[in-house]
Amino acid sequence: MTEETITLEVTRYRPGHDTEPRTQAFTVPYVKDWVVLDALNHIKDRLDGTLSYRWSCRMGVCGSCGMMVNGVPKLTCAAFLRDYGPGPIRIEPLANFPVVRDLVVALDDFMEKLRAVKPWIIREVEKPIAEGEYLQTPAQLDAFKQFSMCINCMLCYAACPVYGLQPAFVGPAAIALAHRYNLDSRDEGYRLRNDVIHDAVGVWECTFVGECTVVCPKGVDPAAAIQRSKVAGAKEWFLSMVMPWGGKS
Amino acid sequence: MTAPQPRRPGLYYPTLPATWWLRRPSYFKFMMRELSSVFVAIFLVVLLVQVRRIGQGPEAYAAVLQTLRAPGWILFHVVALGFAIFHSVTWFNLTGVVQVVRVGERQVPPRLVAGASFAAWGAVSLVLLWFFVRG
Amino acid sequence: MATRKTIEPFWWTLFSVGGVVAAFLVPVHLFVHGLAAPLGWIPLGHGSLLALVTQPLVKVYLFVLIALPLYHWAHRFRFILEDVGLHGFRTPIAILSYGAAVLGTVATLWVLWRI
Repeated sequence: MTEETITLEVTRYRPGHDTEPRTQAFTVPYVKDWVVLDALNHIKDRLDGTLSYRWSCRMGVCGSCGMMVNGVPKLTCAAFLRDYGPGPIRIEPLANFPVVRDLVVALDDFMEKLRAVKPWIIREVEKPIAEGEYLQTPAQLDAFKQFSMCINCMLCYAACPVYGLQPAFVGPAAIALAHRYNLDSRDEGYRLRNDVIHDAVGVWECTFVGECTVVCPKGVDPAAAIQRSKVAGAKEWFLSMVMPWGGKS
Repeated sequence: MTAPQPRRPGLYYPTLPATWWLRRPSYFKFMMRELSSVFVAIFLVVLLVQVRRIGQGPEAYAAVLQTLRAPGWILFHVVALGFAIFHSVTWFNLTGVVQVVRVGERQVPPRLVAGASFAAWGAVSLVLLWFFVRG
Repeated sequence: MATRKTIEPFWWTLFSVGGVVAAFLVPVHLFVHGLAAPLGWIPLGHGSLLALVTQPLVKVYLFVLIALPLYHWAHRFRFILEDVGLHGFRTPIAILSYGAAVLGTVATLWVLWRI
């Protein structure tokens, strides 16, 4: 019985050898319950061991395997071959990022932005352990829970044309995470984060294209986080104009 | 603020072409949404001219109405109306996303906020239309 | 504090307010003044229109209807140009766009004042 096959057109790029990425076609078995990541692993194991790409958990929680599948940012562990049949399927590195090799992109810019928004609970005075846990009602948790689901997969950055045109833009995930901590009732670091996200290349660069939310595999809705940050930022701006001596700082 | 990353040798830096918005339907709809503001602005300038002509007397106003009867202007207003409605629909659909509405501790679902906005838009439009039809 | 370092929130707020005004009011006014009145579907006599636009409250309404969405246009137009690759010219683009909206505002005030 002849095995059904499907073609993958995969970007190849060798730093120091190539000046531009090129495409290499691979034919892999068209197994109905394979995802694109299975096909890439098949290529690396059986066809071309030099193919480089990132992956880890293969179940949509680590955020490592983001790539462009037919021009759309996807987690390759969640993109089923059968949804792209009969092919060919175009596999490219995540858009808007510098390509290091083949399907591997440089993450430094995002890591720097993530660090800059201080994605952790900031307290003016830490509560001593002996006093017990911070208490939160279900409603207080609901206020930020959606934005905490981010797995840092950067599909949103690949979908965002503003980030593509202006790499200084802080970007969807970083702003969504800043917003998550700003909304957390335990946090007191609002003003520190806003120095980053209310900067000119923060939320104000966003033109609400909304693609970040469409491609997010975890339902974070970064577009909503950014727009709500704009509302908060605008209110604060007008207040600071009216009361330049400032409220609590 | 973060300093821009210095370029590293050997890496391939892709550039996004200016025609990025033609690549996907969602990008195209976004650009059309943004473009709607141009048609709205042109109409408002035309409206301002009409208001001025009203102030300049019946002949002046009749003249501008005559000009606006030209097929070119009618076509413009039909297209502009389409874009204006597209702006309204996309705007109200996003209202619940942008502004969180709370009743007590619970958040009102964005779809309800959008629905209420559409209802208000319908009511306002009908009131204005009735006002003009009544004369 | 960063929110004071940039004036972006100011333009964004004007864009939002203008957008709300445009969303609620422009379609029906466009239909009435762009199609129904010229084509004679709705009889709008000059006399009754003049009586209307001379009222102070109507002038305020017309100012809101005409001037505020100009800032909505200016902000979107500026970002359209930036989003098609002209980001390097963002300062002159911003000056031209918001400047045009300010000019439109002045023109609106002048027309309404002179009626």
